[in-house]
Amino acid sequence: MELQAVLMAAGGGSRMMELTYNTHKPLLPVGNKPLIWYPLNLLERVGFEEVIIITTKDVQKMLTPDRLKLDGKMKLDVVCIQLEGEMGTADALRHVQQKIKTDVLVLSCDLITDVALHEVVDLFRAHNASMAMLMSKLHEFTETVPGQKGKKKAGEQRDFVGVDATGQRLLFMANEADLEDGLTIRKSIMCKHPSMRIRTGLLDAHLYCLKRCVVDFLVENKNISSIRGELIPYLVRKQFSKSVNLPNNKDEVEMSQKMEGQTNLEILGSCKDEELLRLTQERSCWNDHHGDMSEAYHGGKVRCYVHIMEDGVCYRVNTLAAYIEANRMAPKLIEDPPIHPSAVISECTQVGADSIIGASCQISDKTSIKRSTVGASSTVREKVKITNSILMNGVTVEEGCNIQGSVICSNAVIGRNADIKYCLVGSSQRIEPDARHLDSNLSINDSALGSLKMSRDWPA
Amino acid sequence: MADADETSKQAERNTNVGDGIAVKKQDIARAKNEGKELTKDEKQRLRKEKKQQKKNKKDDKGESEHENVPLPPSQAVVQCQSQKVCTSEKPAKSKAEQRAERRARQEADRAAKGKKGESAQQPPSGKSKAPPNELQPVVKRLPEHVQVDDPAAVRKLAKKLERQQIPVRSEYGYKVSLFSHLHQYSRKAPLTQQISIPSTVIHPYIVRLGLQYSQGIVAGSNARSIALLHAFQKVIQDYKTPPNEELSRDLVNKLKPYISYLNQCRPLSASMGNAIKYVKKEISNIPCLCKEEEAKKQLLSCIDNYIKEKITLAATTISAYAIEKISNGDVILVYGCSSLVNHILCDAFDKKRKFSVIVVDSRPRLEGREALRRLVKKGICCTYVLISAVSYILPEVSKVFLGAHALLANGYVMSRVGTSQIALVAKAYNVPVLVCCETYKFCERVQTDSFVSNELDDPDDLMVTRKGKIHLENWQDIRQLGLLNLVYDVTPPDFVDLVITDLGMIPCTSVPVVLRVKNVDQ
Repeated sequence: MELQAVLMAAGGGSRMMELTYNTHKPLLPVGNKPLIWYPLNLLERVGFEEVIIITTKDVQKMLTPDRLKLDGKMKLDVVCIQLEGEMGTADALRHVQQKIKTDVLVLSCDLITDVALHEVVDLFRAHNASMAMLMSKLHEFTETVPGQKGKKKAGEQRDFVGVDATGQRLLFMANEADLEDGLTIRKSIMCKHPSMRIRTGLLDAHLYCLKRCVVDFLVENKNISSIRGELIPYLVRKQFSKSVNLPNNKDEVEMSQKMEGQTNLEILGSCKDEELLRLTQERSCWNDHHGDMSEAYHGGKVRCYVHIMEDGVCYRVNTLAAYIEANRMAPKLIEDPPIHPSAVISECTQVGADSIIGASCQISDKTSIKRSTVGASSTVREKVKITNSILMNGVTVEEGCNIQGSVICSNAVIGRNADIKYCLVGSSQRIEPDARHLDSNLSINDSALGSLKMSRDWPA
Repeated sequence: MADADETSKQAERNTNVGDGIAVKKQDIARAKNEGKELTKDEKQRLRKEKKQQKKNKKDDKGESEHENVPLPPSQAVVQCQSQKVCTSEKPAKSKAEQRAERRARQEADRAAKGKKGESAQQPPSGKSKAPPNELQPVVKRLPEHVQVDDPAAVRKLAKKLERQQIPVRSEYGYKVSLFSHLHQYSRKAPLTQQISIPSTVIHPYIVRLGLQYSQGIVAGSNARSIALLHAFQKVIQDYKTPPNEELSRDLVNKLKPYISYLNQCRPLSASMGNAIKYVKKEISNIPCLCKEEEAKKQLLSCIDNYIKEKITLAATTISAYAIEKISNGDVILVYGCSSLVNHILCDAFDKKRKFSVIVVDSRPRLEGREALRRLVKKGICCTYVLISAVSYILPEVSKVFLGAHALLANGYVMSRVGTSQIALVAKAYNVPVLVCCETYKFCERVQTDSFVSNELDDPDDLMVTRKGKIHLENWQDIRQLGLLNLVYDVTPPDFVDLVITDLGMIPCTSVPVVLRVKNVDQ
């Protein structure tokens, strides 16, 4: 077996608590499919036959194949973790270490993308890399986010990503938050790669191919708890650290290990590097860089590669804005017809071409639905106008309502003639008839929301 | 002796099919061969009778007066004889009749070739044309990789790959018409696009190897062979004999789709072909009663020995021979990056010879840069030129060392494109040309030109960026423009003075002898 897929689905969605306090993030409907369907579909399309899903007990109950509407025969191996302690993604990977026998592909459940996965995996294979990841150009969100009350959220801290001249080798990665004094680049990196492009407008898709020895390294070093936050920057830095003079006999290896206290990644990795591979590289007339006197890859054993998607769909649904944008993009990714065959739509309704109607919906006369998503089992009565909105499952909209640019969570009821613009209606909320709401957050009040926010470094 | 007999029998057959003039030839032929055939007369007569019967059955098309039977190309000697026979006849006919006959023959040949796509006969060979009803089935078949413009062959290949569950790689770009019979792929469309990501049908190491081949990360005949054998070792390690199957038969069948896959990624080199033959032979020689673990260990050690003997030790031997040819004060010219030549030069430098090197390089690969780096790192004085300057610097050169991709059975050297140019110019300047090649790269193929069998690389490699502008960027839009990126060419043995192999220093024309000796050994 070549690669095993691990899907991280235990995140709490701490950056969009308005949506996730009632529905778990992996099950949030996007385009009327649960969020976790998208990465699973990506894996299935590419040919994976088994996935290990790490999630919480509540989500595990819901992850049955028919609920997930997966067509293929992909086997899902769901592993539960307790959420009492602070568990990062690296901790979760350590938890399933027994099951991992080959190189691993780590995905996050909130990734929606149509990337050609072979581009990332080919980098991993061809260069025998320790890590290969996917990044995408950041798209600005154009839709107004409901419920913000006009306040602009503080811009998220930028990521500085340095790649070499070919655009594939990852040389430098840091978050703005870690760079207090400024961006420093080590001289050794500049000597080896004199031409470096530093990019800031990139979105980390949280899709990583990791070598088996990296997983073993994680097991040994229990102080690394987050893949994105700690492991990846460590690997990128390790590419250029002074290489340990590999001891030739085993005694020296053990001694140096004891002295260091930490198992050296290179020693773990290089034991696999065989004589014939070295001979092949020696005889091959290929070099990844030109102009200096060093051999291919500068003789380094740890190599990190990145594939940057310039165009195509790639979203991480971890904020409300991303959620709305993803719903907008969803019709392009799903092959199913936008209007579910079991939905009952009367003749005098106008349903726009870019709207999605879920299963068993009932849309009555004289309604107009444009650029919206209506969840399964929803009921929409007469003379309703829904524009640019997202209605989750089980929503009831009474007559004469006007809903614009809003997100209505599951099982909410909107009373007659209500006028809702740019609002966020929490689940199971009731909006009184004839209400007028503009740009407000109509879910549970903020104080209760604050207590639910947990600080975890999940890919949230 | 056997050959001579055969040729004489053929000549006899030739002469017997025909008319009055045939009698003359019979006499001529018999006169030549009297001494040898007295003992085998009866056998010949039987054969003649059988031949006559066959011909009488097939003789339905227009009369032909010439008795030239099409011969398999392997019997080139016979062709010469029949040609000689033919020339002695021509004055007997009028020119108009000859022309008419020739035209008729050409038409018939063209029709025959249209039907039988696999005939290896070249129709316009002038003297030994054949009427269609007398075409004999040819012994040799054209390999599929030089029949890309024949839809039947392409379909056959597609069916074979489908059976083995290997995806077909699609051709790319407009091919120059002279080379339209060869594959041309794009590096940006790797074969991994079409296989599932945790590859199940193909072993992961083979997928990785194919990717490294197609992207040029593993390039160079020796490197490719070593990488291939390493991957085979991994495959053998992971192999488990299915129940009711024998390892010796099943493992070979397992390897076949992998070899097809690698062929799709990049056409196999001659050295790789020989290595594969060796591995297959070793596998089939495993005794049936051998346990799986032992068999695997044996195979792994065989592969290790092959690499050690044929590549590593051969390199040491060749460098020991070659150092005799390097004297102090030499100026040595090398072309491209040959691992063997680099090894020789580094060894010579270690043995305190004083020489300097001129590295000649060529686009688009610019492999000379890598050779330059390795030699300079060692401490050798080097000069770097492009191939267009070869005639300028050649007066300063005392020897030329060339590496080879393969050595063909007729003494031609197949190497990186540009090598034959260097050899030609060196010959013009009377500079000795020495080719260094291990014996495992010797190949039984015969080739006299670089057209019939070659490799076409990605044409987009020829695009170059200078001062921010990409030249030839939209070459596909210009209909009449074709970009040709050849990889190999063949150098005739007249330009090569010496071949240094691990068996010693031999002239180019002794390659068939080495092949014969090798075959006898094995």
